[in-house]
Amino acid sequence: MAEFFLELFSEEIPARMQAGAAAELERLLKTHLMPLNPQNVRTWYGPRRIAIAADILSQTLPFEENIRGPRVGAPEGAIKGFLTKNNTSSDDLVERDGFYCLRRLVPSIPAHGIISHPFTVEVWKLAWPKSMRWGQSGRFTWVRPLRRVACVLSPADGEFVMDVGFPVGPIMNTCSSEGHRFMAPGVFGVRNAAQWEAELEQRFVIASAERRRRLIEDGLINAAASKDLTIVLDSDLIEEVTGLVEWPVCLLGTIEPRQMELPPEVRELSMKVNQRYFATRDASGRPAPYFAFVSNIEASDGGATIIAGNERVLRARLADAEHFWKTDRQYPLEYYLERLKLVTFHAKIGTQFERALRIECLAREIAERLGVKTADIENAAKAGLLCKADLVTGMVGEFPELQGIIGGYYAGDNPVGEAIRAHYQPKGPIDSVPRGNVACAVALADKIDTLREFFRIGERPTGSGDPYALRRMALGIIRIILENELRLELIPLVGPDAFEFIIERMRVKLRAEGRRFDVLNAVFYAFPDDDLTRIVKRAEALSTFLASPFATTLVGGYRRASNILRIEEEKDGPHQGDVNADLLVEEAEFTLNEQLDLISSTIQVWLDQEEFVMTMINLSNLWQPVDAFFKDVTVNADDPALRRNRLRLLAKLRDIMHRVADFSKLEG
Amino acid sequence: MNDQKPSLSFQDIILTLHRFWARQGCVILQPYDMEMGAGTFHPATTLRALGPKPWAAAYVQPSRRPSDGRYGENPNRLQHFYQYQVIVKPSPADAQDLLLASYREIGLDPLLHDFRFVEDDWESPTLGAWGLGWEVWCDGMEVGQFTYFQQVGGIAVDVPSFEMTYGLERLAMYVQGVENVFSLRFNDAAGQHAVTYGDIFLRAEREYSAHNFEAADTDMLIRHFADAEVECAALVSRGLAQPAYDYCIKASHLFNLLDARGVISVSERASYIGRVRALAKACAEVWVAGETVAETV
Repeated sequence: MAEFFLELFSEEIPARMQAGAAAELERLLKTHLMPLNPQNVRTWYGPRRIAIAADILSQTLPFEENIRGPRVGAPEGAIKGFLTKNNTSSDDLVERDGFYCLRRLVPSIPAHGIISHPFTVEVWKLAWPKSMRWGQSGRFTWVRPLRRVACVLSPADGEFVMDVGFPVGPIMNTCSSEGHRFMAPGVFGVRNAAQWEAELEQRFVIASAERRRRLIEDGLINAAASKDLTIVLDSDLIEEVTGLVEWPVCLLGTIEPRQMELPPEVRELSMKVNQRYFATRDASGRPAPYFAFVSNIEASDGGATIIAGNERVLRARLADAEHFWKTDRQYPLEYYLERLKLVTFHAKIGTQFERALRIECLAREIAERLGVKTADIENAAKAGLLCKADLVTGMVGEFPELQGIIGGYYAGDNPVGEAIRAHYQPKGPIDSVPRGNVACAVALADKIDTLREFFRIGERPTGSGDPYALRRMALGIIRIILENELRLELIPLVGPDAFEFIIERMRVKLRAEGRRFDVLNAVFYAFPDDDLTRIVKRAEALSTFLASPFATTLVGGYRRASNILRIEEEKDGPHQGDVNADLLVEEAEFTLNEQLDLISSTIQVWLDQEEFVMTMINLSNLWQPVDAFFKDVTVNADDPALRRNRLRLLAKLRDIMHRVADFSKLEG
Repeated sequence: MNDQKPSLSFQDIILTLHRFWARQGCVILQPYDMEMGAGTFHPATTLRALGPKPWAAAYVQPSRRPSDGRYGENPNRLQHFYQYQVIVKPSPADAQDLLLASYREIGLDPLLHDFRFVEDDWESPTLGAWGLGWEVWCDGMEVGQFTYFQQVGGIAVDVPSFEMTYGLERLAMYVQGVENVFSLRFNDAAGQHAVTYGDIFLRAEREYSAHNFEAADTDMLIRHFADAEVECAALVSRGLAQPAYDYCIKASHLFNLLDARGVISVSERASYIGRVRALAKACAEVWVAGETVAETV
């Protein structure tokens, strides 16, 4: 056994690309060093390095190779080609089962041979999201200039081997590395993974991303605790910061009291996006006038200069936000509507102002359909009209991510403000949906308008692209309706094409949630509906029914009935029409007919009341008569009149069941 | 900051950087005599980044961003400011170290401050240029932009250059520990000759903000843009790369002024940028052709 270790040391790698590169390196190693049976694979990543280690065999095991070649008697050319391809001569060929076979012993290859080729060659091609050339790179590209390669093989019972691996691009393997850029400049030799990691730590670099992440999390919590504060632990931000520092030092800075008057979203977005700072909360959970951040150095003055510097930067950043907070609010939101006339939403759709008018109209219509009280209809319409006005404010110009939230602040603490604030929600699969009829009406109006307009101009999502995020819009519509159990007929609002698109997204959503989307098809085909809440209620009732023991028998009976009908209708169908009670001779067919009449009228009562669970319970009562029918009755009786009547009975069963769901759409 | 020595004045920062980069073999050039949005537009960067010949230069370039004007009321924003620009082709292996050494020279000790290289992919749609690099951060503040050029004027570079841009005002504010750009010490003279940045530029900021946002004659600007475009194309067809490029720079600045005046709609904006990029591309092609000819003569 031996340990293989590789470090690729470069100028600063973007944080978001490090983990992916380490994973790719692991994949390359597992693929290309497979003959060396790699075990215990470990990776490290950080701002200046990606590294990997594995326990491998010192050499591959010799084995007998059998390769089937051309058929015996194949043209000379084919045989020659096979020999050339496998770099062998006809002496090694044997005949087996009418084919030439190459049987040869593959000798053991030392590990460094495999590492040099193909592994190193593959590392050259490591795919970065974006890569570049530099002054000394020739045609080789890397994410940023690659500066150093350490590639070592250390046998368990001997000294490490230097000469493994080719140079990576223009960089020779020097079996060396560097520590912290400022705290421990200089080069050190690398012999194996453990020595490398220990030596790095002495040189102020924590190589393990996982350890850095924990140090950062603990450090932030401790820094905040010193002032009795808690940290808003944003996991994305922690992940990013882990990729920005090699020696994390967590510090706490203060926020200018005046700037605590800004909306917390504005302040904290600027802190996070521009500065990678963490927000803090006081004991009662309110935003506290401190920010926590992670520096990459233990400064000689204990960090005083770094803290002062960061505080100044934040003051300057927030000064701009303060300016907009002050100047934007000199006018009411209505003032900004005028300026929306100058902004094009889409060349073929029109201006943002026209869009605002449409959303106003739609929000009013949706609120009316939802049956809310008059004052709320007016609130929904007003919020619809004003929800895009913040797009032309200074604050949203500076912080586009805060669109909607800023409009909400500017509209004030009232239903209109709340609806504007929430109208972009849900922004993604984990974002929450708006609550309350006014907010829902506006959020739906915004999304429906977008969907409807882009469908109108023929900009539909394709397999490869969805530039206007229409899938997300459709999903937002679905989630707002379902999670609020809104009763809304969609086709009059969105039109038939966009509605079909929404239903398709609903299928995808149910499938993604691991639910039976065939159930959705079954209810949807039985009863075309554009009220999503009702469709889902039906589907859920059907799902519950399908899980019951009677369902198997009943659905089995249904399938049998449909199959018989399909076959017999091809012969001399259709077999539709009233069942003649006088021709029901067997008890089982008499009972089935009686039960069908009874259940047909009961389920209609429940269906009319949209009591789908009760509908299913009643339907399930059919399992016994259906079961008995198929046990006791021969459908294809010799008497043609009896046969015809029995087929009609089966058609009756099928048609009644279809009023609840199209059971033929169910899978399995 | 807390450093021992008194901090450098604005002009001493420039002089220090000049001495530093001159020692690294750069020619110290003077600003280009035209209005431009960034030091990158200077032909010493844009044109010289193309072709195979080695090149190293440093210079200060006054930069104009008409829509960043704030009538002198914002302590951090200016419509006219200075960039210190360095270009070295081919990019040296120790570019990052050189850069950090330059910060040390102007009084920022990397053992006392938190220096970082934070991902920033630079792109200039008007120049048809892009490169990869970083924002250089000092204690959370961007004190420079570092780029390895990959493409300029729509042409992939023969030899990648390293480009460093220092935002001089911001850097000086940090070095001097002031929070308002207009209170920067411009020189170190005592008494009546002590001059601040505001003494020199505050009135100009007010006047130019009014010009950029309110007064500039938009019909005239549109006309001049069209003229510059025609002239650039004409000069390109005669193979006069740098004079042609002057008109590309002019067109770019006229576009920036029109943009500040708010008369360019979103869709027109893309088309204006595309027109300037086409000029830059044509100039770059003519320049490269000339460089290659010179090489073979």
